[in-house]
Order: sequence, then structure tokens, then C-alpha cells
Amino acid sequence: MRDNNNKWLLLTSAAALALGTAAIASADTLDDTRERGAVQCGVSDGLPGFSAPDDQGEWQGLDVDICRAVAAAVFGDSEAVRYISLNAVERFTALQSGEVDVLSRNTTWTTTRDTTLGLNFTGVTFYDGIGFMINKDLGVSSAKELDGAAICVQSGTTTELNVADYFRANGMEFDPIVFDTSEQTVGGYEAGRCDVLTSDTSQLAALRIQLSDPDQSVILPEIISKEPLGPVVRQGDDKWFNIVKWSLFAMLNAEEMGITSDNVDEMLESDNPDVARLLGRDGNYGEAMGLEADWAYNIIKQVGNYGESYDRNVGMSSPLEIERGVNALWTEGGIQYAPPIR
Amino acid sequence: MSVRPKAHSLGPKPPFWRDRAKRALAFQLLLVAAVVVFLLYIIGNTQANLAARGITTGFGFLTNTAGFGIVQSLIDYSSQSTYGRTFVVGLLNTLVVSALGILAATIIGFIVGIARLSPNWLIARLASGYIEIFRNIPLLLQIFFWYFAVLRAMPSPRDSLTFGEVAFLNVRGLFLPEPLFESGFGLIPLAFGVAIVASIALMIWNKRRHEATGKRLPAGWISLGLIVGLPLLVLLVTGVPVTWDVPELRGFNFRGGFTVIPEFLALWLALSIYTASFIAEIVRSGIQAIPHGQTEAAQALSLPQNLVLRLVVVPQALRVIIPPLTSQYLNLIKNSSLATAIGYPDLVSVFAGTTLNQTGQAIEVIAMTMAVYLTISLLVSMFMNWFNARVALVER
Repeated sequence: MRDNNNKWLLLTSAAALALGTAAIASADTLDDTRERGAVQCGVSDGLPGFSAPDDQGEWQGLDVDICRAVAAAVFGDSEAVRYISLNAVERFTALQSGEVDVLSRNTTWTTTRDTTLGLNFTGVTFYDGIGFMINKDLGVSSAKELDGAAICVQSGTTTELNVADYFRANGMEFDPIVFDTSEQTVGGYEAGRCDVLTSDTSQLAALRIQLSDPDQSVILPEIISKEPLGPVVRQGDDKWFNIVKWSLFAMLNAEEMGITSDNVDEMLESDNPDVARLLGRDGNYGEAMGLEADWAYNIIKQVGNYGESYDRNVGMSSPLEIERGVNALWTEGGIQYAPPIR
Repeated sequence: MSVRPKAHSLGPKPPFWRDRAKRALAFQLLLVAAVVVFLLYIIGNTQANLAARGITTGFGFLTNTAGFGIVQSLIDYSSQSTYGRTFVVGLLNTLVVSALGILAATIIGFIVGIARLSPNWLIARLASGYIEIFRNIPLLLQIFFWYFAVLRAMPSPRDSLTFGEVAFLNVRGLFLPEPLFESGFGLIPLAFGVAIVASIALMIWNKRRHEATGKRLPAGWISLGLIVGLPLLVLLVTGVPVTWDVPELRGFNFRGGFTVIPEFLALWLALSIYTASFIAEIVRSGIQAIPHGQTEAAQALSLPQNLVLRLVVVPQALRVIIPPLTSQYLNLIKNSSLATAIGYPDLVSVFAGTTLNQTGQAIEVIAMTMAVYLTISLLVSMFMNWFNARVALVER
């Protein structure tokens, strides 16, 4: 059923590109969003930790928190989001044609995507890399031993390309078994159609806990590529580009300054000039973006800082239990770094 | 001036908008112009939109390196091939599963359709049970059912079922020995060609002789013997210049030989069985459309039962069967695009899926894919119409 809807979405997106007037392209996304009363946010079709509905039907995850942060900045209400679930194949067309305002869907930042698709990447929410998951019984301990393996992979991802490169570079062969959605990919792996399931390591962690017997599968140590994941917007609307970009930066800066959703009200009284600027007490850094002065306060109050979001969704307080690693702040030995607010 | 009497020869000539033929022509011209203007508008508008959004356009991407692998390809393909080649690989995979699906669906459909009219109660009920079950379950569910039923029933590569240690069946597919042709093999296709030409000549000669003298040879059987026998004879005479590449278990899986992947098996089974249930109903209605008097008249000429069917009933039934059968063939071809759900690398999965996503050229890729399905469908429909005209009642 969902597949049919998705095909329909792809078709209407293409039709919108064909029929819509050129004026839409230069339209003001912020105005459109305000008029609609909600941010239209493209998320994945169900990837725990990044974007998946919980048992109450509420969308949760690291990618979802970006949608909520943008809504908090624009409306002062993190609930003003309309979620649109997209598979890998549909995501860019949906953004290009205006079906969504932001694509926040574990999407790797690459040259082709940044330069030829009419899109802009607004930053990195998660530094990732491709790994391999394999059944313990096969007794494989390194990706170098995978010559001749059948590999399940999701269609239309950078994974599909990077795995082919890796095997060719190492003089190995493999059979790619390509599925449409991550759900089907896991199905193929569980049915034994392939020896190996490959994806970004964060996704492997998320998919592994969905298996009927997670302990039967191991993730191999090799990480074979760089996969910086982040939100994407359309080119040609710099104001909207800035809003999405700085919503993420506000979350990162908040963590660095030690502001959390719990202490943000106390922090309003802080003497620290950085904190005063971020929370809108000194100067108005939202004005140039068309936002209120308390835009960052709303994000931190309602969504939390980056570290809170990380822990809650993918970190040690979540079922995924992914270490911070390179995703720690630069002050903590990681590479997450946001430009200052001033 | 015309010498023909005019309908309105009296009075002045009416204005052109009151002349029905001219009015119709004018409206048709207007319609064509409107369609052309509309097409020009959407093409221009699309280009303007794409340019305004900084999206690269054009078909240049087809010569870029694809960089991803495809599990089944009938032509040479590697991740270093171009996107243009992924298009051809996907197209061939679509054509293979469609052609074999049409073949199987037609055979099963005719058997079930005739079985449903059987006087044997059990056979007739089984046939109608088959039709009601498979016609009423959505195709996508059947594809999933076959895929997972097929997969779950198979052993792992290390416990493969084997057939005389040359063919192997496991969860990764059916592994068959592949013939490798050595020099001297060229004679065999040649012998095959000679046999076909000889058979056609025999058919024509037999027909003329039958018309002239009333005598006839069992030309069908002789031709079959020729077509099978002659290449076989040449094969033996030349000392069988074929070696077999037998699949072998190496590492994770079997290598060498020829592989039939389970995605293909599942899609082919589902398409054949689903479409066959519709074809069976078409065959039944076709046969029932022939008045019983035709059979009785043929029997009155003391024709044997098989000739009654072959010369009287089936040729008339075909005229009823072929037009709806064409629709079923077209449906099967279009339904093969559901392949993407189970990872069979057909045109939609490989080209409108992966290639579209890697290049982002949605408009070009979708337009090419639609053009392919349109072309295939029109060709099939043309062929079936030609065939229909051939079997149509020839009035003498």
C-alpha cells in the first residue's frame, strides 16, 4: 500500500516540476511555511534512532529533532511539523519539487548531490561510515574475507556505490541484492538471501535490534567510507538555508555552553556573553533570518541541545547504544564543531 | 466549376461554420494545435523550472560511470560500465521475465481454461478453484509469498540440494552447468538453420500436394524430427565440441556455471500463475462462445474428435480469445515492474530506481522508462493485432 502511495508521490513530484510555474522556485519558503502553519519535513521510512514513529505514533529520532528544531525556531512550537516519510529513491525529487521544505533523512553529503541536484546541505548531524553486518556462524572476522559474498543493500544509496568501489579496490567480487526499503533489505538478510547486510554503521545498529535474534549477527570492524549525514534544503532560498543551518548550530553551541532543556531558563540569567547572545538577551540574531529573538531559546527548551538529542535517540540512553566517537564535540575530542553566534 | 449537383445548390453558399465537415475539420485542427502548444509549454516550463533550481538536465549522464553492481545481467556488465548500459541491462531483464512469463501464463492458462470445461467433476472444480484463488489475491502479495516461500524452503549454500553433482539448488538460486562452446561448434547453428529451411519447404510442398492429390504426410512430426535430429547428428559427428562449466562451491557460494536467481524465480512464478488465471477465463469464454451446433456439424461429417477441436472449434474460439489475451500480455509486461519490491533487477528497479537516484535526473529517466513500456506495449499489441487479422474469419 505504502509503495503505491510513494510511486504516486514520485509522479506528482515530477508533474509539479513539469507544470508548476517557475515562480515557485524562487518563492520564500519561510513565508510558505508560516502560511501553512507547519514545516513539511521529509524523513526516512522508519529507521529507529533517526526517524521512526514510537508506540504512540509520534515521530522520534535524531533526524526528527532537526525538523522539530526548525519548527521551534520558526513558530516557537516544535510540534508544528508535518512528517513525510520518503524512501531513498524518492527523497531528492520530493525536495526539488517542493513536497518537503527540509529533507532530514540520514542523507550523505556528496559532490554530485550538492552541485547537480539543485540542493544545499546545511551541515552534519551525524558522522557515519559504511560497515558490514554478518551472521556469526559464517566465522568471518574481517571485511577482507568477504570475497564472493552476496550482499543485501538498499537501492539508490551511496552505500551501493561505495561497496562496489571497496570490493573492486580489494580485488574481490560480490553479488549485490538490492531492495527498495530498509525493511525489505532486512527481510532479505533474515531469509538468508545474502551473507552480509551493508549500510551506514549507525543504520546497522538500528537494523540489528530489529532482527529476531540480534546476538546472532555481528558488525565487522572495518568502516569503508565517509558518510557525513545531514539535512538538505533547496538551492535558491538563502534565508531558509540559513534557518535550517543555524537551527543545527544552535543545538551544537548549546551543548558546548552547557545549556540543556532543563537549565535553559536559569541560563537566561547567565553572565556569559556567548550564552546571552545565543538565548537572545543580547542582540537579536534571529532578525536577519526573519525569526524572533528567542528562536534558539525555543529550540533548546523544546528539543534540547545536540548532546541531549544524541543520547536520547542513538546514544547510550537509547537501544542503539552508539558511542559518541567522532560525533563528540570538538572540545571533547570529537569533530562536531559549530560556528559561533555573534 | 464542379459538375456534381450540390446539396445546397439553391441560394447563396452557406458560411463555413455551418458546413458540418469543415466545422469538424476545424475543431480537429484546433485540438491538435492545443495539444502541441500544451506540450511545448510543459517542455519549456520544465526546462525553466530545472534551470531556476540549478538542477542539471540532459542525457549526458548516460555516458557516466554507473559505479554500482547488478546481480543479473545478460550482457557484460560491471560497476565500471555506464548508466547507458544499466538501462540496457534493466531492459533485457524486463524482457526476459516478461517473455518467459507470457509463455508460461499462456500454457497454464490454456490448460486450466480447458480443464474448467472438463466433464470430470474433480478436474473442473480444481481448475475453478485455481482461478478463483489466484485471480483474487493482489499480485504484489503473491510475489512476496513466492519470494519468501521459495527462499525459506531452500537450504543454505553449504547444504545445497544437488542433482548428480552438476546442478545445485540453494537459497542463492539454481546453479546449472553452462555450456562453453569450442571451435567447430559453428556447424550446429548452421545445421539448425538448414533444418528450419527444409521444414518450411516441406510444409509448403505438403500443402500443395494435399490440395492437388488429397494425400498428406505428417509434416509436423517430420519437421520436428529434422529440427531436433539434424543438429544432434552434427553434434555427434563433430565429436561434441562443448565443455561444461560446472558450478563449484568456493567460499560463500557456488561459482561458475549459470545462475537462476530466486528473485527471478519468484517474479516469474507469480506473474505466470496470476496472469494464467485470467487467461484461463478468457479461454473458457472463447470456447463457450462457439455454438454447439458447430461441433455437431463437424461430427456429422464424421471428423474425429481431435480434428473437430483443431479445425472447427479452436480456430473460431481464437477469434474471441485473442483480443482480451492481448490485454493480459500487456498487463503482464507492465506488472513485471513490481520486481523492484523483491530486488529483481528489472528496468524500473535498476534504471528508474538506482540510476535515477544516483544521478538525480528524474525527468529524463522517467521519460525514458515510460517510452520503453509504451514501445514494448505498442509492439506487442501490433503483433497480436496482426495475428488476430490472420486468424479472423476469411469469407470466401
